[in-house]
Amino acid sequence: MALVRAEGVHKSYGRHEVLKGIDLTVEEGQVLCLVGPSGSGKSTLLRCVNHLETINRGRLWVDGELIGYRQSGDLLYELPDKEVCRQRARIGMVFQSFNLFPHYTALENVVLGPCLVNKEPRAQAVAHAEELLRRVGLGDKLHSYPTRLSGGQQQRVAIARALAMRPKLMLFDEPTSALDPELVGEVLDVMRQLARDGMTMIVVTHEMGFAREVGDTLVFMDDGVIVESGDPREVLARPRHQRTQAFLSKVL
Amino acid sequence: MPDGMATDTRGAVVTADIKAIPVRRPWRWVATGIVLVLLGLLLLSMVTNPRYRWEIVARYLFDGTVLHGLLLTLEFTAIAMAIGIVLGVVFAVMRGSANPVLSWTAAGYIWFFRGTPLLVQLIFWFNLSALYPRIDIGVPFGPTFLSLDANTLITPFIAGILGLALNEGAYMAEIVRAGIMSIPRGQLEAASSLGMSKAMTMRKIILPQAMRVIIPPTGNNAIAMLKTSSLVSVLAIPELLYSVQIIYGRNFQTIPLLLVASIWYLLATSILTAVQTRIERYFSPDRDPGLSFGARLRRNLLSRRHKEAR
Repeated sequence: MALVRAEGVHKSYGRHEVLKGIDLTVEEGQVLCLVGPSGSGKSTLLRCVNHLETINRGRLWVDGELIGYRQSGDLLYELPDKEVCRQRARIGMVFQSFNLFPHYTALENVVLGPCLVNKEPRAQAVAHAEELLRRVGLGDKLHSYPTRLSGGQQQRVAIARALAMRPKLMLFDEPTSALDPELVGEVLDVMRQLARDGMTMIVVTHEMGFAREVGDTLVFMDDGVIVESGDPREVLARPRHQRTQAFLSKVL
Repeated sequence: MPDGMATDTRGAVVTADIKAIPVRRPWRWVATGIVLVLLGLLLLSMVTNPRYRWEIVARYLFDGTVLHGLLLTLEFTAIAMAIGIVLGVVFAVMRGSANPVLSWTAAGYIWFFRGTPLLVQLIFWFNLSALYPRIDIGVPFGPTFLSLDANTLITPFIAGILGLALNEGAYMAEIVRAGIMSIPRGQLEAASSLGMSKAMTMRKIILPQAMRVIIPPTGNNAIAMLKTSSLVSVLAIPELLYSVQIIYGRNFQTIPLLLVASIWYLLATSILTAVQTRIERYFSPDRDPGLSFGARLRRNLLSRRHKEAR
């Protein structure tokens, strides 16, 4: 069964239409890479999946549940805040600008969600957080504040923070775009390992090498529509559409 | 080949640590000298001018009336600030609410209490009984459980607290709002993506970070409140200023008694400043404490000698 399913998703800001009818499925355990020029709507689509943005038309399901609404007959009811929070808690998100909480240490950043939202006992949450931080290679930075960490380290803490919620799905919004080139590798390594462990992931990225190696599907978006999608090796080697060709010739 | 020359002929010099003679800054010493002389003159006059009447200052510094006044001043400051901060947080959150009735109510409160003089508000609260002789507690438009006489309920002390706290609440609301607005959107989104509720995000993520922005002006306001509380003397409350006025009204030693009050005000504000520094440090766990005054002075004036000594 598809873990994520989008049907005819539209999104506009006022009169400006950002998404113009997106159909998409992501199977469980799959890695889907979203690529495309800036302003093509790929980040917006990602943010719709966990309801950080509301959609204007279409439907979006994660794990069989309609995101943000409850349907009864022909009527859609907005979900109460509590339900929206519950849906989001099962979807991890990693941001381009890390967005770690600067007033908490790395460990506390990771412990916060499980303790407050999932009501895990603190000792258990701490043990899990320590394990996750060690897994992303930060076992020696547990008690460092984010300002004392490099960009790559911060992003790895952010990944651990998202994983601590035991999500079914991970969303990555250009996770390496704000990093110095020499720090990109360490973050991609963590993501590669995550994919190998069977995590379902949607990754907005400009790292074509990563898409080719790790992605199960590559989706190329431009101007709010999906131009083409398919096996990353296939699409990157033999793009069928002219817009894809033009974009790839610039980034490859 | 300039490259070869540098290493060949002067290699030893180039590879050693730089020990340059610092630029001389004689005007820094001149300015320091002038300021020290002026300070010295001021101090000398304070010691030698008999009209300061320091012996009277000393006699009244720990006078019972004065100490009682100081205590009242501290009480007013503490209670009014505490209520003001709570009101400020409530109205700041209301102001940012999506509900227009809440948002406009908060805006109206801020508009009214910032827009009228505190002195007017104090006198207004004191005379509330002229407007509402009885204050009823019960179900709106329904039965009354308790009916109180406004004159007995609104004592001068209560009127003073009401005036100071409601006024402070309006200013604190703006300070808290500025603090909340200073937090980048990404923090909110990160908290949302973890499934945190709005209230939880406010308590655990937004407000603790906003505190860094909120505390300096709040400390400022607390210090201002300490002195502004002297306004309640119009309600015949014997706080610090009014209590020394009572004494110099009797013995005509105006200057020495104002010095007594000033010494206490200065001491209290100094303590508040120290407390503020402590609180600031608490809410910035990831920041290095800056250099101390002594270290700054040494670096500023004595850096030359310091380096030469090494």
